[in-house]
Amino acid sequence: MSMIGAWLASDTPSTYRQAVAGRFWRGTLGLRHQPMILTGTSIVLVFAVIAIAAPLIAPYSPTAQDLALNLRPPSAAHWLGTDELGRDILARLIWGARITLGIVALVSVITAPIGLILGCAAGYAGGWIEAALMRVTDVFLALPRLILALAFVAASGPGIENAVLAIAIVAWPPYARVARAETLALKHAEFIEAARLAGASPLRIVLRHILPLCLPSVIVRMSLDMAGVILTAAGLGFLGLGAQPPSPEWGAMIASGRQYMVDQWWVAAMPGIAIAAVSLAFNLLGDGMRDWLDPKQK
Amino acid sequence: MWRAARIVPTAALTLLGLLFATFLIARVVPIDPVLAILGDRASPESYARVHAELGLDRPIYVQFARYLAGIAHLDFGRSALTHNLVTEDIGRFFPATIELATVATVLGVGFGIPAGVWASWRRGRAADHAIRMIGLFGYSVPVFWLGMMALLVFYVQLGWAAGPGQIDTGYEDFVPVTTGFLVIDAALAGDWAAFGNAVSHLVLPAAVLAYFSFAYISRLTRSFMLQELSQEYIVAARAKGLSERRVLWVHAFRNVRLPLITVIALSYASLLEGSVLTETVFSWPGIGQYITNSLLSIDMNAVLGGTLVVGVVFIALNLLADLLYRVLDPRAR
Amino acid sequence: MVYVLAADQAGRFTELTQAKPQTHNRPMNHWKLTALTVLLAGLAAPALADTPKDTIVMVKQIDDIVSLDPAEAYEISGGEVIGNTYDQLVDYDPGAPGKIKPALATSWRIDPDGRTFTFILRDGVHFESGAPLTAADAAFSLRRAVEIDKAPAVTLNAIGLTKDNVADAVVALDEHALQIKLPKPLAPSFVLFCLTSLTGSILDSKTVLAHEVDKDKGLTWLASHWAGTGPYRLVMWRPNEYYALEANPNYWGDPPKSRRIVVRDVKEAEMQRLMLQRGDADYARDLDKVQLDALAKEPGIKFDKGIKTSIDYLGLNQKNQYLSKPEVIEALKYLVDYDGIAGAILGDSAVVHQSFEPVGFLGAIDDAPYQFDLAKAKALLAKAGLADGFAVTMDVRNGSPWPEIAQAIQASFAQAGIKLELIPGDGKQVLTKYRARHHDIFLGDWAPDYPDPHSNAEGFITNPDNGDDSTVRTPAWRNFWRDAAMNDAVAAALLERDDAKRAGLYQGLQHEFQRKAPFVMLFEHVEVAARRGDVSGLGIGVNTLFDRYDGIAKH
Repeated sequence: MSMIGAWLASDTPSTYRQAVAGRFWRGTLGLRHQPMILTGTSIVLVFAVIAIAAPLIAPYSPTAQDLALNLRPPSAAHWLGTDELGRDILARLIWGARITLGIVALVSVITAPIGLILGCAAGYAGGWIEAALMRVTDVFLALPRLILALAFVAASGPGIENAVLAIAIVAWPPYARVARAETLALKHAEFIEAARLAGASPLRIVLRHILPLCLPSVIVRMSLDMAGVILTAAGLGFLGLGAQPPSPEWGAMIASGRQYMVDQWWVAAMPGIAIAAVSLAFNLLGDGMRDWLDPKQK
Repeated sequence: MWRAARIVPTAALTLLGLLFATFLIARVVPIDPVLAILGDRASPESYARVHAELGLDRPIYVQFARYLAGIAHLDFGRSALTHNLVTEDIGRFFPATIELATVATVLGVGFGIPAGVWASWRRGRAADHAIRMIGLFGYSVPVFWLGMMALLVFYVQLGWAAGPGQIDTGYEDFVPVTTGFLVIDAALAGDWAAFGNAVSHLVLPAAVLAYFSFAYISRLTRSFMLQELSQEYIVAARAKGLSERRVLWVHAFRNVRLPLITVIALSYASLLEGSVLTETVFSWPGIGQYITNSLLSIDMNAVLGGTLVVGVVFIALNLLADLLYRVLDPRAR
Repeated sequence: MVYVLAADQAGRFTELTQAKPQTHNRPMNHWKLTALTVLLAGLAAPALADTPKDTIVMVKQIDDIVSLDPAEAYEISGGEVIGNTYDQLVDYDPGAPGKIKPALATSWRIDPDGRTFTFILRDGVHFESGAPLTAADAAFSLRRAVEIDKAPAVTLNAIGLTKDNVADAVVALDEHALQIKLPKPLAPSFVLFCLTSLTGSILDSKTVLAHEVDKDKGLTWLASHWAGTGPYRLVMWRPNEYYALEANPNYWGDPPKSRRIVVRDVKEAEMQRLMLQRGDADYARDLDKVQLDALAKEPGIKFDKGIKTSIDYLGLNQKNQYLSKPEVIEALKYLVDYDGIAGAILGDSAVVHQSFEPVGFLGAIDDAPYQFDLAKAKALLAKAGLADGFAVTMDVRNGSPWPEIAQAIQASFAQAGIKLELIPGDGKQVLTKYRARHHDIFLGDWAPDYPDPHSNAEGFITNPDNGDDSTVRTPAWRNFWRDAAMNDAVAAALLERDDAKRAGLYQGLQHEFQRKAPFVMLFEHVEVAARRGDVSGLGIGVNTLFDRYDGIAKH
């Protein structure tokens, strides 16, 4: 046990596996003292379970209409009331969790590899490649992202695919920065030198040795951004540029609830609370993770 | 100063990036620009003529060059929606946005900085946690939803604030335009009824935006202060028996003023950009609403003109922040 | 957006911080968090309510207006502005439907050949420029509308005026007499009704020409300016914001009761209701059932009702492989829950109406043969070989109640396996696409140009050339639908001089249309305008052109 512990806690990892494992080990040790991370993770997990189990737990179909029972306040039959077409708001929120978390997952899947590869490549290659890639990243960072995303979606046609694409196009630069910084720090580590001496190609070194080590920082950075992604997607939905009816996207639900705000406040209020809850959870998680993992904070 | 000079190519490149992005967006629009000008009853001859006039038969790089040339002459074309030159429209709508963002930033700074300083001083205590949570909630709640709920509570239920719009419809067009900023114009004209009315309309959207500004500024103020308070000279100052107020405000805060200026510039830039969502909720006749309306009617001249102007101001504020940071902040050297 | 960037920049900046725990003992005494609340509350000055006495404020959806030039405006809201700011030669008499009354022409004569109409113009009418109204202005205005050849020109095209003949057909005989010589004889009432339309508005020729650029006949300028003789003058139109009218000091008739009318674009019905309730508006024009139900309980709110000629319908594009099957067309007519939508979504603001002629028009029928019937629809789809349904898209404009209606239709179509994808858009965007025939299904409304049954018969049936470059771009053309026999029947009805026989012809057309046309006729609008109790006098006409502001007064 103690040998494994010492191996994990080593400050001078001799292989990349040891480095990765050690990082996670050191992190896990402190996790129980991190209420923000625990709370955030729990809420995110609850929503993830809800999203996955939507068909099982939703009390009604998210699109089933009952015009005779529209705009009813919360009751035993409809816990969160019904909307303007008599659809159950709870059921729509539950199914909407799929859309929101799906967008988050898709954006992550698209942006993380782009950011990681560009950042690691820039950091490892150095020279003019690094200068060029980082200049491009800086340009993207300084652009007004929300407005460009809006203009892109408006031009390419409203819809959830274009919304995801628009968010992804503007969301990758921070990850490239983080990955480059990590790569610069790792570039001259002993085990990297060892791999290089053993004849590994630069491509292999970047992909097999450096990239996995950059992952934790990028994940921290992403968890910080997730709330922003959720809010941007909801904003696009609110303006009618994101998910299209009858899809129970939360932002679009708020937009249609505007019509009934005064007397049927629950139609707009409920999806807003759902958005706030999920993005607060991601913010807690991200904020906590940064405090916890960022070595500079210690 | 060479540090400052180094920003010039970045600025130029970023601007070019923005122009190229907007140009590309204009290219993917599914609406035929010729039909947009001529209407759907155009004859094939006039179609071909306008097609050539617009340069649509030229290679893409020539088109981009023409696009740049047009922008260099501040020619964004005419809005299909308003029939005005896009530059005229922007001149009319932008002041309303600036008015709102400025008041919001002033409020955000006024409350955010004291809150951040206080939180840093009470680090780990209830006050710190409370301010952090208020800030985190600000990062998490959709601005358009908060705006709706604020209208519901403060306009509908309590009647404390005026409703959507910049001024009551009855006062519309009565205030002579001098600066373009309605509140200032009303005051200059001595029309205090209009002034009061405009202020009552401004309060609610400004307060909602100020909350987001507060969340951002208080959080970063706290961070900067914590860093400053850990420095040796603070320990020394405390050891000399200086009052806490003096230590906080005179010694520590003096050193975070510069990075805070950059933070405020960035916060201001993001409020300008965020106007596309808030102005819709409050029917605020600013550039955000102009862009949103144009987006929904695919009035691309207006969309691109608006996007460019907001983008340029945004980039300028970003670069200004960067510049101040590089030149003035000792830690960056 | 605030938070996206904020999160970024937060990350960027906090990387620099290296905080250490601090310990402090002295209590905090300068700022209290409560100060925030107190100050914010103090800033909130009490809101001013109530609109000025001589100004009437309306809230309305006016985002469809693209121009206020009578030669270009063809949108529903624009008609209301033109109706209040321009006059035509003759006017529709709201007190006696189907009758014509004098307007800028005080009398007219029709020669026995049935082709030559001579109008004598009113004396002492002046434009804002000070110029008196002459027959030359009238001739200029009618020619201009035909020559500009935008959508409104169809009304004058209908009486035989074309780009090629209008210069000779419409002439000023002298200062006061205008002669229109038609290429072929037509029923006189039909010709006069056409001249009541907004296309027949009379402009100040000198003012318009003074603002001509690139030989556009003043089209660019007049889109947002005014050169008319109506009871109100246009002060300002700001698209998607508001338009403001002021009493025209030169008006030849009785002066309007209120000096200033401001119509503000408020898209959300709920917001309209709030503004009315709080006294920020005197009239709210686009309320849905929910708001009307809520306002009915308010003591200070009254309602004005009037049936409109606007008819909601689905246009089924015949270019679509599924929608062109006769069984599918019929099945879709059984797949709309007419009563459910009317009851739950529209309430007082519409009635189910399944024929193309509006209530009260010559020959209009009021039977409604279709109701939601899933079994029948499924059987028809099976007969068409589409038992498993199919996928199509439907274009629909934003703004209540369109999305709600669309989603109700989407749900009932889904029961028969038809996957309906909704494409929402701004009014102009949806119309542009529809006019370019790029839709599958279009959900929207249609209002006749003049109160004669030919207007809608022509709109929904006439399609002489189904090609893409046709000049007749009626809904029938937009949906690629051409029925040769019915086209001929419409043309024949137009020449019938006996009113009873003519009514019979239109009845037959409507029945045939109900059976086979690729249009699902849904509802006819009833305008319910909610107003504050101290205001009254809005004239709700059958067409927006006849919605009149001049009687509105605040007591």
